[in-house]
Amino acid sequence: MTDVVITGRGIISPAGRGVDEAWQGVLSAVSAAAPHPQFTTDDTPVTLACMVPDFDPDAEFGRGTTRRLDRYAHLAMVAAAEALADAGLLADGDDPAFGGGLADGVERDRVGVLLGSGIGGAQTWASEYPNYIEKGPRRVSPMFIPKMLSNTAAGVISMRTGARGPNMTVNTACAAGASAMHIGRDLIRSGQADMVIAGGVEAGITGLAMSAFAQMGALTKNDDPASASRPFDVARDGFVMGEGSAVVVLESVEHAERRGATIFGRLVGAGASADAHHMTAPPEDGGGAILAMQRALHDAGFDPAEIDHINAHGTSTPLNDKTEAYAVGQVFGDHRPALASTKGVTGHLLGAAGAVEAIFALQAIATDTVPPTANTDTVDPGIDADVVIGEPRSMAIRAVMSNSFGFGGQNASLVFIA
Amino acid sequence: MAHDIMATFTEILTEDFDIPADEVTRDATFEGLGLDSLDVVDLTLALEEKTGITLEDDELEDVVSVGDAVDLADSKQQ
Repeated sequence: MTDVVITGRGIISPAGRGVDEAWQGVLSAVSAAAPHPQFTTDDTPVTLACMVPDFDPDAEFGRGTTRRLDRYAHLAMVAAAEALADAGLLADGDDPAFGGGLADGVERDRVGVLLGSGIGGAQTWASEYPNYIEKGPRRVSPMFIPKMLSNTAAGVISMRTGARGPNMTVNTACAAGASAMHIGRDLIRSGQADMVIAGGVEAGITGLAMSAFAQMGALTKNDDPASASRPFDVARDGFVMGEGSAVVVLESVEHAERRGATIFGRLVGAGASADAHHMTAPPEDGGGAILAMQRALHDAGFDPAEIDHINAHGTSTPLNDKTEAYAVGQVFGDHRPALASTKGVTGHLLGAAGAVEAIFALQAIATDTVPPTANTDTVDPGIDADVVIGEPRSMAIRAVMSNSFGFGGQNASLVFIA
Repeated sequence: MAHDIMATFTEILTEDFDIPADEVTRDATFEGLGLDSLDVVDLTLALEEKTGITLEDDELEDVVSVGDAVDLADSKQQ
């Protein structure tokens, strides 16, 4: 089977836009959480969110584009365009995101798109439903369905680039970004595409979603950005909602070498599993998480001892972090990979989280640096793992695992090397 | 007071659809302005929001140009 490499990277996140800025944001360990202007003035029980800073889609793309698409699609366009430019695949042209689309010489029918999203057009639901209730059925926008559908972002990327390979959206809730890379890689391995534009996106910060996650007890009610999202900390009490997108260009190594592309890393292992347990809670024995990690290692042909660092799912909820750390212990035994969660800075980007964290995994390898778990002062004594806190840790990093676990008990682990 | 429908369409098409004002003429077709059938329905909803004038789906079947839509809307406010 062909090796699959990463030849392009794009990210727009609460930690910053562009790979370098977002990585520096994560290394700074300064939380991106901030009071949300809406939720501080209404009755929403949680006020903090990790928003993408300084992003004005109307100015960037024009109202003609933005009015037809939900914010989640705007964010995916930014990340995908950066990834394609990074990979040297875009022609010059008029499209504000994608220029002239895929460059001459790129076999468009062999370029796929695989995105993950937990929700899709959440803000479109939130803004259109009141129209229906207050003004009636005849005032519902005809744009509602195409804006809201969770596969629209992947479709738009194909329309604006000309990519006509396999095109789909996968939903494993908070594992969706990682699942998309898993499936995208397998499309290349199985010969169905030479390149896949793969990643995750979410723009779910709405009053409805914030209220619902708060009612579940999943969000922290801590309104201090410097301690709200604190993965693995003894005082953690929930996650902070984030938004954003990250996208990579996956490519068969033969194709990448033939066109002289820069290789930023290799996706050598991917594992998926189900907990078969509960809608929102992980099983205490770490069942599905253990299986996903073991399957990713097996897929890579790696012993556990070959993993140097794990970018954890690490949401900062009491249950996830405890169960994940336990599962890591079950898989890795006495070998204790440097465990870090970047959600202390970014918050939880739901369906985009796995993709954002894949970018950080690649950066960790490229720079031999483990980002610190921001805001975490005292690791929960019930957690037996090498949690990196405080400063970034410099160490030789050959292989990184990235974990993502979704509601519904759907789990994904990826293994990257240089 | 009668609404200036042409001015209202021009406002919507420039602000919401990013179309240069000088392209919004009576003779301009919606297709030529880059609007598909969903956009035209959305445009009529915006008109209704601003003027209270409702253009029905079946009335829109023969509407091709901006002038057609203006005349249809005008006929409803007399």
